[in-house]
Amino acid sequence: MAAPAEETSVGVIVPQTVHFDEPLALDSGRVLPGYTLAYETYGTLNADASNAILVCHALSGNHHAAGYHHAGERKPGWWEACIGPGKPLDTNRFFVVCSNNLGGCHGSTGPTSIDPETGELYGADFPLVTVRDWVRSQARLADHLGVARWAAVAGGSLGGMQAMQWAIDQPERLRHAVVIAAAPRLSAQNIAFNEVARQAIRSDPDFQDGRYAATGDRPRTGLMLARMLGHITYLSEAAMGEKFGRERRDTRGGYHYNYDVEFEVESYLRYQGESFVDRFDANTYLLMTRALDYFDPAAATDGDLSVALSGVTAPFFVASFTSDWRFPPAASHEIVRALLDTDKRVSYAEIRANHGHDAFLMPVPRYREVFSTYMQRIAEEVGV
Amino acid sequence: MSPLRADLEIVANWVGRGDRVLDLGCGDGRLLRYLFDRRQATGYGLEIDPDGITRSLANGINVIESDIDEGLSDFDTNAFDQVILTQTLQAVQRPDQLLWEMLRVGRTGIVTFPNFAYYRLRWHLAVKGRMPMSHALSYAWYETPNIHFCTIDDFEALCEQLSIHIIERRVLSHDYKSPRLARWMPNLFGEVALYRICRA
Repeated sequence: MAAPAEETSVGVIVPQTVHFDEPLALDSGRVLPGYTLAYETYGTLNADASNAILVCHALSGNHHAAGYHHAGERKPGWWEACIGPGKPLDTNRFFVVCSNNLGGCHGSTGPTSIDPETGELYGADFPLVTVRDWVRSQARLADHLGVARWAAVAGGSLGGMQAMQWAIDQPERLRHAVVIAAAPRLSAQNIAFNEVARQAIRSDPDFQDGRYAATGDRPRTGLMLARMLGHITYLSEAAMGEKFGRERRDTRGGYHYNYDVEFEVESYLRYQGESFVDRFDANTYLLMTRALDYFDPAAATDGDLSVALSGVTAPFFVASFTSDWRFPPAASHEIVRALLDTDKRVSYAEIRANHGHDAFLMPVPRYREVFSTYMQRIAEEVGV
Repeated sequence: MSPLRADLEIVANWVGRGDRVLDLGCGDGRLLRYLFDRRQATGYGLEIDPDGITRSLANGINVIESDIDEGLSDFDTNAFDQVILTQTLQAVQRPDQLLWEMLRVGRTGIVTFPNFAYYRLRWHLAVKGRMPMSHALSYAWYETPNIHFCTIDDFEALCEQLSIHIIERRVLSHDYKSPRLARWMPNLFGEVALYRICRA
């Protein structure tokens, strides 16, 4: 059994970029004349390039999955819990790659990049991209890195959907698919949450049909509301209750009888929303939520997911979390069921955790244990 | 790989080369690993215990976290050559319904269970007046996962009632050997019973 001996971070990481000149045809019918991907790598690629793992990020993520950008930085990358020496994605064995998705706002070509054809920011004119487009764009990154076949493509949430799409679209290019806290498609309720988030952004007067860059204003209020809503749905009631309960911001005296922050949970949400505005672009948020809405590999096969997965050759590891009501265990189970129906190799763990959807980012002991054990198996298979 | 326990060895010998196997309550996945390696079998293990899931993953088998008391609706009719249930029948809510489900999704079933009519258990209950414990039944009555003990005679009566055909029966004593006494009076001298079954 994988027993993480000593745990450390991957340390200080320097992000990289790669530009592709070859045009990329998108699902929407539009063509990107070329594009840049920002990415980070952790660990060392071995001689036969068999130990590479692609990590796909979730909705508001980026390429900074582990480590720190400078010594003394307070917050590590988003999957620090799982990437590093002795962690499930053990950088002593694996070469881990995480790219910022196309359409992102942290270095990959997206709404905040210059459109080479106009010389202006893409902004709202950046084409909508899909999960399939991301797979296509990342396949070129694999070529660039000299990785013919990933030991695994892994991700949580939207990243898990991407891992699934990789297994469908490029079966010969990955050995394993690791799909965590994901779903075969969004439920109507999920699309509804995304729509509320988008409307919060789009109805902000500063949004200006997405052309806010021209004026220098940004739809701060809208983006903040979108993020606050998202945050509520990523946690469980129990997790919020445990973290905040009805804790008051000001413990002296009674209520203030106004709409300022009374409760700690309000303060938390406002903080999360405001700090998000400083690091994320509204057009990217719209585009990423839309990519989530559109994801539905079974749509191409009359809704039959097992047919959609019939060409898959990678064994799957699927994991879900009991308190995740945004992408509940039943959604993961649908993926498992479809794989069983078509005789694919699949393992599934349903992890008891009260953190809600965000559990996939947390160091939940059992999650770490099963994830590590599965990755250990991959390490043995590729001989690292 | 460590050798299989004698009862599992018999089960393994009942599995054909290249069979598609479903192991219900696969524990640490050792039996399936053995079947994958030695019999070129394929298939899945179902397990509910988190530790069992981890150990099965370490053994490199396909393991699905699942509660077999909720049925086998994930699987199509006749999806497997063999559906295996070792030392778990006594721990399920409705053994009769599970047997039926096993033979829906599988061509044949393999079932093993501790025989509650084994003479030592009878002795324990009759003389000491306490719920029997032995190495095959290692739990105290208040903490046991076993809720439906049965005897060899009970099991065979249930098979008859469900129109299940018994292809083969093996009975082992406590040291997993197959002594003459157990063959002569299985319900009294057999500690572990092993069956191959199919739809009649």
